Amino acid sequence: MTFADLLAQLVNGLANASTLFLLASGLSLIFGVTRVVNFAHGSLYMIGTYGAIWLAEHLGGSGLGFWSAVLMAACGVALLGALMELAVLKRIYGAPELFQLLATFAVVLVVKDVALMVWGPEDILGPRAPGLTGAVELAGQSIPEYDVLLIALGPLVLLALKLLLERTRWGVLIRAATEDREMVGALGVNQVWLFTSVFALGSGLAGLAGALQMPREPASLGLDLIAITDAFVVVVVGGLGSLGGAFLAALLIGIVKALCFALGTVELFGFTLNFSKLTLVVEFVLMALTLALRPWGFAGRPLRGLREAPGAIEHVRTPARRFWVIATAIAALLALLPAVADDYALVLATDCAIFALFAASLHFLMGPGGLTSFGHAAYFGVGAYAAGLLAKQAGASMLLALVAAPFAAAAFALVFGWFCVRLTGVYLAMLTLAFAQIVWSVAWQWDDVTGGSNGLVGVWPAPWAADKTHFYWLTIALCAGAIALLWRVMHAPFGYSLRAGRDANLRADAIGIDVKRVQWIAFPAAGAAAGLAGALYVYSKGSLAPDVMAISRSVDGLVMVLLGGVQTLTGPIVGAVLFTWLQDEILRRTEYWRLILGLAILGLVLLFPRGVVGSLRRVLRGGEA
Amino acid sequence: MTLLTIDHLEKHYGGVHAVAGVSFSVASGERVALIGPNGAGKTTCFNMIGGQIRPDAGRVLLGGEDITGAPPRALFRKGVGRTFQIATTFGSMTVRENVQLALLSHARRALRFLGEATDAAAEEARALLAAVGLETQATRPCDQLAYGDVKRLELAMALANAPRLLLMDEPTAGMAPRERHELMALVSDISAQRDLSVLFTEHDMDVVFGHADRIVVLDRGRLVAQGSQEEVRVDPEVKRIYLGESA
Ligand SMILES: Nc1ncnc2c1ncn2[C@@H]1O[C@H](COP(=O)(O)OP(=O)(O)OP(=O)(O)O)[C@@H](O)[C@H]1O
Ligand SMILES: [Mg+2]
Repeated sequence: MTFADLLAQLVNGLANASTLFLLASGLSLIFGVTRVVNFAHGSLYMIGTYGAIWLAEHLGGSGLGFWSAVLMAACGVALLGALMELAVLKRIYGAPELFQLLATFAVVLVVKDVALMVWGPEDILGPRAPGLTGAVELAGQSIPEYDVLLIALGPLVLLALKLLLERTRWGVLIRAATEDREMVGALGVNQVWLFTSVFALGSGLAGLAGALQMPREPASLGLDLIAITDAFVVVVVGGLGSLGGAFLAALLIGIVKALCFALGTVELFGFTLNFSKLTLVVEFVLMALTLALRPWGFAGRPLRGLREAPGAIEHVRTPARRFWVIATAIAALLALLPAVADDYALVLATDCAIFALFAASLHFLMGPGGLTSFGHAAYFGVGAYAAGLLAKQAGASMLLALVAAPFAAAAFALVFGWFCVRLTGVYLAMLTLAFAQIVWSVAWQWDDVTGGSNGLVGVWPAPWAADKTHFYWLTIALCAGAIALLWRVMHAPFGYSLRAGRDANLRADAIGIDVKRVQWIAFPAAGAAAGLAGALYVYSKGSLAPDVMAISRSVDGLVMVLLGGVQTLTGPIVGAVLFTWLQDEILRRTEYWRLILGLAILGLVLLFPRGVVGSLRRVLRGGEA
Repeated sequence: MTLLTIDHLEKHYGGVHAVAGVSFSVASGERVALIGPNGAGKTTCFNMIGGQIRPDAGRVLLGGEDITGAPPRALFRKGVGRTFQIATTFGSMTVRENVQLALLSHARRALRFLGEATDAAAEEARALLAAVGLETQATRPCDQLAYGDVKRLELAMALANAPRLLLMDEPTAGMAPRERHELMALVSDISAQRDLSVLFTEHDMDVVFGHADRIVVLDRGRLVAQGSQEEVRVDPEVKRIYLGESA
């Protein structure tokens, strides 16, 4: 590494830090005021990039055209954000926070497919900024002028936001709402417009960040999730609600990434370390470290958990004997399915069973535990890779692989859980996300063992289970058994202790329950179940790639659980089956399955703010409160 | 015999000296009321004894054993029961399940993966609920209880470990006057039967004078008086705090 290399990377890193800060500050403002964790923030960023490129093409190649495109894209995205707030979120501010989360997931799905419709699946390169295509000389290196502009822009925007928050009445209201929502209500401030306007501002910042990246990064359909995870990392490391903290965090991440690139491959004590490979994972390692040392980020303060709204706790009754009888009868009926179904339906039913177990395991943490995990795919993935690697690298039998996979996933969950239970609410959710991304990038990068991005192929079931019908039976038996076990544990003393910690931490502690320990134990229990689902998945598909544990899988799991209803036993199963079946059903008719599914979820959320099963039950009970 | 000894407890919050060197003790079977105006430091004292917050200085001894800074769950094992100023119970469970969980925890069975929690310790749970007068409400979801009943439920849970010491922070706040005396009469009965020590805070002087063997008075973090009801009643310092400077 030469000094010149380092300088070049550093400039690039600092320029990235600026857009990262713009993106993250928008998310932070929105969260601060509305307490909505807006997963669609990355989608707004993506629209910013696509929109700016599209506008720039239509406005001509002049400097005026370029900068008008950037500004118009930012304003357009601001408008879009306001629209999303008015059309969707406004209606569900009173609903449980997790439901708002589900609604923002749905928006992610919708936006992605709209972008696909409008701009197609290919990446689109943006124009360079006219007049800023040159470079300035610094220490013998030529630094792109555009990067210099971006580097200057970060602090300028921070300053402008600070002035806005401190010098204007609107800003004062934003700060007041961030610190104490009730107080704003008490002051008679029109919360309705405050929320909408903050959504517009935050979204505009995301749009601006996306638009500004147009000469540096092609527009692609994957930008949304990349941007949202990056923004989460920055906001969490900096401390939720703190702009200064976000700025520092963005700088830190930009610089550390630059260092990794600049270091490249290094010989250290006889080992070859490829630092540039670390860039995918380094921000998540930073986030995990920060949260482990400073549970509320650089400048954040403690928050209460991501909970159901007060009064929305559904009373969980212990299932009567009748429940178990019906459940067993359904399982038995399912075993008869091969008599009437063709191979295609059997494969789909196998998928449904696997994802039902995955959703049930996530629900075990989220429902009774109140521990929202944004990275549950990690355990699914570890189970999948454990099975795949045992089969391919060690030649293990399917049976052995299926037994070992849950243990492997539980071991990871034990380690991750130990860190996670030290946190609460959004921070906990973010840490689970960080761990999942770390595992994912290891699988992605470690070519020699995991097969890298190609993954592993040819992981087929043992001969006795190779037949579609046999494999289906095996899956049903294992998934139903594991789900029943999870349900039993929920109604055993352990499950009650877990709920006690969620309902009233202080009281649980005062009756001798070590809440952190109970929550910690819940992680490997849920992890093992997810790991089994992952292992079955590998054998059903015959291959696996890192995307078995991509963020999108974790999000799928959340959607399944929330769609069915967190505070019901059977909700997540219904949600998983509905989700898997719908996805397949729509995919057969149109490639825009995300759009349809997203709209369907939005419709469901607006109609049934308690989840499908929870709401149905309410309707059946005759609308009793 | 002395059960609980508080020795020079201190707690600062920034510039506020919430508790400033408070010492007193509670004998076995004795009912002691900790009183004082709002912000006197009563809850802070309670939380330091109960392990919810760590004192800046001073010690807490239980039966001669130093329990300073021990977490609440450890104190539960040592026979300390606790109710809170703002009563909290497990909202997603029934009244009986709340008590059952406390009993399971006392029996060290709260982490079991198998067995139905609702079948556990049914007889003991029934007895505890009967003792606090909640047996007719046993199967109700506890987030539907009236506030007074929530306080009773907390008491039942605090009794689940057959405690030696009961810490009750404003046990009767939010209750009707009649209910207050019923609840405290109940506590007094249990205390007499089981040789249970009770330390409680209370704003209602009728309750204090009706149910305390001894009274400790705090003001602005300092202990200003302690003694029998009569001694405290005539104490000039106490009069000044409660009746204002002119008295
Ligand atoms: N977490 C805290 N941070 C800052 N100050 C605190 C905190 N807890 C208590 N205090 C302060 O310490 C003092 C004692 O409070 P405490 O709650 O112990 O009073 P109290 O006697 O229980 O009052 P009340 O009768 O209103 O319940 C008060 O001035 C209070 O403002
Ligand atoms: Mg108090």
